Amino acid sequence: MSSRHPTHIGTRGGDASVFEKKPPPGAAVAAKVSGLVLAPQRRGWWLGAFGLSALLSLLFFAAIGYLLMTGVGIWGINIPVAWGFAITNYVWWIGIGMAGTFISAALLLTRQKWRASINRSAETMTVFAVSISGLFPILHLGRPWFFYWLAPYPDIMNVWPQWRSALVWDFFAILAYLIVSLLFWYMGMLPDFAVIRDRARKRSQQIFYGLLALGWRGEVRHWQRFEMASRLLAGMAVPLVFSVHSMVGQDFAEGIVPGWHSTIFPPFFVAGALFSGFAMVLILVIPLRSVFGLHAFITSRHLNNMAKLLLATSLIVTYSYIMEVFMAWYSADPYEIAITQNRMSGAYAPVYWATIFCNVLVPQVLWFKRIRLNPMALFVVGIVVVIGMWLERLMLIVTSLYRDFLPSAWGMFYPTLWDWIFLFGPIGFFAMLFLLFIRFAPVASMFEIRKLSAEDKES
Amino acid sequence: MNKTAITHYGLMAEFETAELLLKAVRESRLNGYQAIEAYTPFPVEGLDEALGLRRDLLPFFALVGGCLGAISIYFVEYYSATINYPINSGGRPYHSWLAFIPPAVEMAILGAALAVVFGMLILNGLPKLHHPLFDVSQFEMAERDRFFLCLGAHDPLFDEVRARRFLESLEPLSLHEVKG
Repeated sequence: MSSRHPTHIGTRGGDASVFEKKPPPGAAVAAKVSGLVLAPQRRGWWLGAFGLSALLSLLFFAAIGYLLMTGVGIWGINIPVAWGFAITNYVWWIGIGMAGTFISAALLLTRQKWRASINRSAETMTVFAVSISGLFPILHLGRPWFFYWLAPYPDIMNVWPQWRSALVWDFFAILAYLIVSLLFWYMGMLPDFAVIRDRARKRSQQIFYGLLALGWRGEVRHWQRFEMASRLLAGMAVPLVFSVHSMVGQDFAEGIVPGWHSTIFPPFFVAGALFSGFAMVLILVIPLRSVFGLHAFITSRHLNNMAKLLLATSLIVTYSYIMEVFMAWYSADPYEIAITQNRMSGAYAPVYWATIFCNVLVPQVLWFKRIRLNPMALFVVGIVVVIGMWLERLMLIVTSLYRDFLPSAWGMFYPTLWDWIFLFGPIGFFAMLFLLFIRFAPVASMFEIRKLSAEDKES
Repeated sequence: MNKTAITHYGLMAEFETAELLLKAVRESRLNGYQAIEAYTPFPVEGLDEALGLRRDLLPFFALVGGCLGAISIYFVEYYSATINYPINSGGRPYHSWLAFIPPAVEMAILGAALAVVFGMLILNGLPKLHHPLFDVSQFEMAERDRFFLCLGAHDPLFDEVRARRFLESLEPLSLHEVKG
């Protein structure tokens, strides 16, 4: 049996008596993962983290309330920089949300066995990140309460969406992506909810997980359809991932603003999204693993593979940065050349160079196996990359807008306190949702790990 | 047919490994049983073939759902942009079909995904919050590491005594009566 499967995990409490012999690995997986939900221990750190993130979430909601009453003027946006932190955050969050589905679906289709114990965290990350990202374009509308005008519905004002606009495509892309990720996530948890239901001893837990499990009983017929449905969903989710972020790239590329008007944008945005998403998976999985002692499920092999993916996407992003500069030069368009030079040496040059440092230089340490196998180092690299990707989105948006075609239209963007609240508040909200998830739902896909260990035993 | 057995849902045998269950399923089919249900903690390859399950309509559901999603949004796009309220947007044709494709693609995927998930649940008869099997105290193990074979009492061949003797010949860990 290879090291990636649990071998030395004891069962919890009275369950051990059920087994006459040494508990088999399948039961050990169930005991460990469902034990985290049914008999949580070490509540102190959880309560502390939850309290902190709940406070940040509260601040975020208060800020949304204030924004609804006052308007987007509370942010530092103005003319010419009409897209500030809100759109930066939107692109950043949806990028983080890309990798979850990609990890889950693409690795399922390519039969990568190592996905089994991290796909759940990755999918959860996707669902929460995409939900948060969807808030930003709505809040950024002058009158957020009319956001439903983006939906086509027959009204007496004859207001229809403008179908030729990438912003309307975006609405459908986010909607589809959110619902499909939610379905994929929940459906994958059905058999695991059934395990928790069967192990629950408290009536309240039995009812709660019983309802969530929808009466799943592991019949072969059910499994057959479940596997078929998983594969079909995965097959649809992969093109969806690429199309959604391509459309985010189109939001920019459809404009004639120098620095945005580039055909490389859709693939460039997809690569950047996967890059930040993989980094975020590392940020989430590494603490999860050490806090819950999940080393038997999330092994160094997982971290190693994730680090390789991170390095690969970093190289793609690096190539895109080089291509952007090359295309500006090759196009011989004076505005493109000016904006590119301005990014490197203008008022926001530190943002540009910090982006290069975080996204291009730092990930190069992942060439070394020692770093890839060191969780602490990977965690730090993950954080640096996530910050770098946020800076890149900011750099793309602000540096293209603050220098327009006409010097008379130039202007600076300075973030206000509210901008910062809208940056950090959602991070707290995301952390709060994730903490609730690890408290109340199975953090690893039990049936898949069991399947792997059974297959291993055979061979 | 044994009329007294009909009050039961069936007889269930418990096995330790997937291979034993696979063998038991094959034996039961050879013995002519039709109403065979097998329960495993994870998908086991080959079991569906042993049970004689055919691939069902799920991919077809996906196709229909996808087409419905794409066609309906395309219809809305066409109707709103060319019939109900045509706007001259920079001289572009009213029926700008190229620009109408991206929402159609997204809605095709959404429609197919909804059809697949709800199709799976409907074909599986879920949600079904109670099932006679849940009354068997050992059944909770099915979600973890035990493999169960249930011979349904509605099988025309089902005879409680014979079925019990047959299942015992397969040397299961234990036998359980499932009350209907």
